[in-house]
Amino acid sequence: MSGTIEVKPAPPAPVLKQVVTTARIRRPSRWTEARRSFRRHWQLYLLIIVPLAYFVIFKYIPISNAVIAFKDYSPIKGPWGSDWVGFRNFELFFQNPVFWTLVKNTFILAAYTVLASFPIPIILAIALNEIRTGFFKKTVQLVTYAPYFISTVVVVSMTILVLSPRIGFVDDAIGLFGIPAIDFLGDPNYFRHIYVWSDVWQTTGYSAVIYLAALAGIDPALHESAKIDGASRIMRILHVDLPGIMPTAVIILVLGVGNIMSIGFEKAFLFQNPLNLAQSEIIATYVYKTGLLNADFSMATAVGLFNSVLNLFLLLGVNFAAKRITGSGLWS
Amino acid sequence: MTKESASTIAETRTDRIFLAGVKVMLTIALIAVLVPLVYVVANSFSSAGAVSSGQVFLWPVEPSLRAYQEALSDPQILKGYYNSLVYAVGGTLISVTLTVAIAYPLSRKTFFGRNLIMSLLLFTMLFSGGLIPTYLVVQDLGMLNTRWAMVIPSAIGVWQVIIARTFFRHTIPDDLYEAAVLDGASDLRFLWSIVLPLSKPVIAVIALMYAIFQWNTYFDALVYLKDPGLYPLQIVLRNILILNSTTGAAADVAATLERQQLANVLKYALIVISSLPVLIIYPFIARHFTKGVMVGAVKG
Repeated sequence: MSGTIEVKPAPPAPVLKQVVTTARIRRPSRWTEARRSFRRHWQLYLLIIVPLAYFVIFKYIPISNAVIAFKDYSPIKGPWGSDWVGFRNFELFFQNPVFWTLVKNTFILAAYTVLASFPIPIILAIALNEIRTGFFKKTVQLVTYAPYFISTVVVVSMTILVLSPRIGFVDDAIGLFGIPAIDFLGDPNYFRHIYVWSDVWQTTGYSAVIYLAALAGIDPALHESAKIDGASRIMRILHVDLPGIMPTAVIILVLGVGNIMSIGFEKAFLFQNPLNLAQSEIIATYVYKTGLLNADFSMATAVGLFNSVLNLFLLLGVNFAAKRITGSGLWS
Repeated sequence: MTKESASTIAETRTDRIFLAGVKVMLTIALIAVLVPLVYVVANSFSSAGAVSSGQVFLWPVEPSLRAYQEALSDPQILKGYYNSLVYAVGGTLISVTLTVAIAYPLSRKTFFGRNLIMSLLLFTMLFSGGLIPTYLVVQDLGMLNTRWAMVIPSAIGVWQVIIARTFFRHTIPDDLYEAAVLDGASDLRFLWSIVLPLSKPVIAVIALMYAIFQWNTYFDALVYLKDPGLYPLQIVLRNILILNSTTGAAADVAATLERQQLANVLKYALIVISSLPVLIIYPFIARHFTKGVMVGAVKG
């Protein structure tokens, strides 16, 4: 390319002000702009082809494949050639006695998880923020952060081992208070507590990191002036720290509440056993069993689609509400 | 420095009591996280009998390495370990390459359609076709029951793309590109010789994220793999630890009491062995991960 081109600034000006000035001269049309960009940066377009194909193939084709929720899927005819049945799969699912149990189980489990795992990291972060940097602070951070990197399979097995009536230590501990051994995993009523508190154990340290960064971003001058005005530590937490991390907390809560119906498959499935199924069967595990174990592809897709749509609306709704109330949401 | 100047104002009694309360609370949190971890390690180094009768708490009883010997001589476990390494290394290479290949063009202001493409990516975070429709794609591509199913369907994470793109945008100045072009560099040459060397920290972070994800996940394997020879470690662990299926080594012998006891202690040893690779790189993770999470949190 000749050297004269570089003298001119790049056509799509990044700053608003520059856009205005170029526009006054003669703003190139969108297509001229596109063509020029293709010609000059064809290598970038070449680079993006493969990853873009990945998103089309593994994210967007599945969305179009979801049409089998409205069909009687036959492997021979394929997703588009199968016979149309309208909303029959959905009707069958809604009429199925298991429907309400699934929705209830999924909702309660996820709501409980959000409720427990939202405030605890904030408390941990504020507590860590109160103490001076040193060995103790670093140790607490390093240790509480670690379980996040342990696999779900291992966390679930650890929980099972620790709670098991014969070899675990929890029974010995409650035995000290005269409580007889409890078969935690065999009783459906314990499932949610086990699920949620093992989750808190695993993720609190990790989640606290985000709040710690938000706390570090608070202007020290605010704390200084509050101190001069005689504010105690507790008052500074309530009036400086908490408002300071509010936007971060709102985003995390919106994501948590908005994703309630998409609570993960991995852990619930591992904790399941025939005895606790009454409370541990959630939509995600039901989809897996219906689709892959019973090979009812259309029904499983319908259940999954119902869940995805419900979740999408929930997320958008919660985000909208959060924006109205606090002024901050996912898309600023 | 703020702490220094702050200390000129004397702490009140309530503040000191409050601070003591905070320290007590943090100590409790520390113990709550640490006890199960130490408990597992202590059990894994104890004798089978001591473990089965529940004698071990935080220190090994009748120290023994038997469980480790047993675990490391089991072909199923070794195979799983090997497979997981293959998936973690191969998957991470593929994932990082593809992530950079999409994040870098999207970070360039002169790239036409970047906002549209970014919206397409973000949409996939909000809505997905679901398990079965994705399964059908993997099936149609002939990937079922192959190693590819472990590394391709979950190759790119949108979150990682956002992290990389934000980093490229904020740390690679436009002037640098202008200068490189003057010197006759093409876009690819610039990416390879200038951007990538400058982006080592963020590449380390996303590589760690992908590697740990690959090492820890079992879902794709559960759905796409049937051949036990391809199972990653997590599936092998699930079979032994949660479904209680005996390992090859334990199966040949009739279920004597000793064998059953060994199965218990073996579980603890397996937990330690399988978490070891992550534990080894943990100090590195702790240093870099936080930064990466923060970079991603910057809106843009």
